[in-house]
Amino acid sequence: MVLLSVRDLRVEFATSGGVVTAVDGASFDVGSGETVALLGESGSGKSVTAQAVMGIVPKPAGRVCGGSISYDGRDLLAPGVAKGLRGREIAMVFQDPLSSLNPVFRVGAQIGEMFRRHRGASRREARAAALDLMKRVGIPAASKRLDDYPHQFSGGMRQRVMIAMALALSPRLLIADEPTTALDVTVQAQIMDLLTRLQAEEGMSLVLITHDLGVVAGVADRVILMYAGRVVETGSLREVYEHSGHPYTSGLMASVPAVDGPRDRLVPIQGSPPDLLSLPSGCSFRPRCQYADEQCAEVEPVLRQLPDRPSTHQAACHHPEGVLTDVH
Amino acid sequence: MSTESPLLSVRDLQTSFPMRSPVLRRTVGQIQAVAGVSFDIPAGGTLGLVGESGSGKSTVARTIIGLEKARSGSIVFDGDELTSLPKASMRRVRRQLQMIFQDPYASLNPRATVEQIIAEAWQIHPDVVPRNQHRAEVRDLLERVGLNPDHAERYPHQFSGGQRQRIGIARALALRPKLVICDEAVSALDVSVQAQVLNLLDDLRCDLGLAYLFIAHDLSVVRHISDRVAVMYLGRIVETASQDELFTRPLHPYTQALLSAVPDPKPWDKPAREQIIIGGDVPSPADPPSGCGFRTRCWKAEETCAHDVPELTTRLELHPAACHFATELAGAAR
Ligand SMILES: Nc1ncnc2c1ncn2[C@@H]1O[C@H](COP(=O)(O)OP(=O)(O)O)[C@@H](O)[C@H]1O
Ligand SMILES: Nc1ncnc2c1ncn2[C@@H]1O[C@H](COP(=O)(O)OP(=O)(O)O)[C@@H](O)[C@H]1O
Ligand code: SF4
Ligand code: SF4
Ligand SMILES: [Mg+2]
Ligand SMILES: [Mg+2]
Repeated sequence: MVLLSVRDLRVEFATSGGVVTAVDGASFDVGSGETVALLGESGSGKSVTAQAVMGIVPKPAGRVCGGSISYDGRDLLAPGVAKGLRGREIAMVFQDPLSSLNPVFRVGAQIGEMFRRHRGASRREARAAALDLMKRVGIPAASKRLDDYPHQFSGGMRQRVMIAMALALSPRLLIADEPTTALDVTVQAQIMDLLTRLQAEEGMSLVLITHDLGVVAGVADRVILMYAGRVVETGSLREVYEHSGHPYTSGLMASVPAVDGPRDRLVPIQGSPPDLLSLPSGCSFRPRCQYADEQCAEVEPVLRQLPDRPSTHQAACHHPEGVLTDVH
Repeated sequence: MSTESPLLSVRDLQTSFPMRSPVLRRTVGQIQAVAGVSFDIPAGGTLGLVGESGSGKSTVARTIIGLEKARSGSIVFDGDELTSLPKASMRRVRRQLQMIFQDPYASLNPRATVEQIIAEAWQIHPDVVPRNQHRAEVRDLLERVGLNPDHAERYPHQFSGGQRQRIGIARALALRPKLVICDEAVSALDVSVQAQVLNLLDDLRCDLGLAYLFIAHDLSVVRHISDRVAVMYLGRIVETASQDELFTRPLHPYTQALLSAVPDPKPWDKPAREQIIIGGDVPSPADPPSGCGFRTRCWKAEETCAHDVPELTTRLELHPAACHFATELAGAAR
């Protein structure tokens, strides 16, 4: 069953250099209980997509100017709807927990506040519920730490606190935006382990936003790859990683040094990341693409099924045969 | 092993910072950021230095180039003992010893053109490139690092992140160094650009015979570029080996945990790796555990680990590890 459905989403920002289209016609679904990875390099529009779903696109610079987002049949773009669901049905975890926690309130009280505000819990009930949650997310000596302030926690423990707050009201959709990017790799492994465990226990849908192709590999069912505000490839994770149809995806895969096996020379993507203020005509990836031809300059490619691949595997490229035969 | 003396030889290096009490407003102790580190880098070789944040990697680098003062130990670079070198001679040595930082933007003067940034070092070392050749040499350097030589008159903000890092590399190369210290030099770059810069660093090593001290927290990147790798934890090196040996046969429990935590984009290609997830965080170097620094997170820890500091001892050839039980681990690895 589809829980979240995003169609032709467009989000613009007014900047000093002009209007940028941060998300440009993105469409995707998230099924209930599914784990989906939203991938792409910095500036590709991942966070803004999440902001649009949560109804927190920064105003007045940014605005959703097209498309639709529906959650469980409800129109998230209708006034007040996203706000009503935020925290209860849809929750979010950010890269930098310190900036989303209030520095002057004790951690236990901040978690407990969720229950007080939304569930009408008493101070005591809220405290007990906060303690429960802190234990569930693996904070050692939780009862001693209820009265600590955010700065007294390490980065990894703060992220656990954020996850506890996000889970407080048992949301059905959790969006985690680069939840481990600021953490060391051993702590990253702990947090990913925690997120997958909680996802399974709660049966919730999980959208993992990251620039790191490796982090989500053992975790996500499906991937959505973004470039310059557009979805350029989507499909089951293994299918997309093993049979990338878009030159950008296969370029990314070839750019990551291997953890084992031979140390081959890397094959980087040529050129620089796109400048949203001066995108080329047609396909945004064209200046960096070895398969580009005239059609690519004239016609913007749309997502379509790749030849001889499962119907769920789609790429927005005029010439996917190039990559499919060269690389695989 | 070659009998030639290494280009850089670091022995028992210790660097500490005063720990100040905000309440008492005086120094109440020392933070041992680097607690006795030794390694060699041969000419043209690359040593990768890995470890989680706070393990002391940057402090090692900063001490080598003289930005921090060593509390004890020795740093011999190209025959000179740097810890006791007079300032005037340090300038001569620094020519051969350059550093590239993580944040290229912060380390580039925003009001200087790329040409001015690169040529600046030649003001201090006029013998390297005569004045009338500055322009031509800047163009050469820009070309070498993959930038358009016609952009020499531009300012840093007119370049992308990856291009700025190339400017930083060109600046480091301006004095024709023998050793370049890269401190998280590619960590902030998107992977597509990171791969370009890694290839550039590779090419420069081949073409110019550069040696690198390559510091990074990303183990895949370190594996890609290094000949040898040293793993740091709480100010000490806990294991060193050749790149190949370290990644296929890690001896120290911390190295094993680190490797196990490296995200693998294609896990299904390989036999299931043993997942080691260690708990907790790196302890503060202001208050390190007694005995083995890793014992608070180590699943192999025993009584003795709380009392005795394990020495970095060589049980497998050229593969020292600092763990009381590394013999057993070495046996198991065989
Ligand atoms: N608050 C903002 N003001 C202006 N532009 C913004 C803002 N947030 C995002 N953008 C623009 O949207 C683009 C996509 O941003 P984002 O979604 O944060 O990328 P990422 O994929 O790294 O999460 C950015 O390149 C930037 O141009
Ligand atoms: N200037 C300084 N003053 C006090 N403590 C410092 C200073 N620089 C580094 N430290 C401390 O020394 C330890 C090692 O830091 P660093 O060398 O930056 O580690 P790494 O580069 O491995 O992340 C850390 O605990 C850090 O807080
Ligand atoms: S549409 Fe053309 S330019 Fe774009 S990725 Fe495909 S081949 Fe390359
Ligand atoms: S010495 Fe003890 S605590 Fe330290 S790594 Fe070895 S087994 Fe673990
Ligand atoms: Mg983002
Ligand atoms: Mg550092």
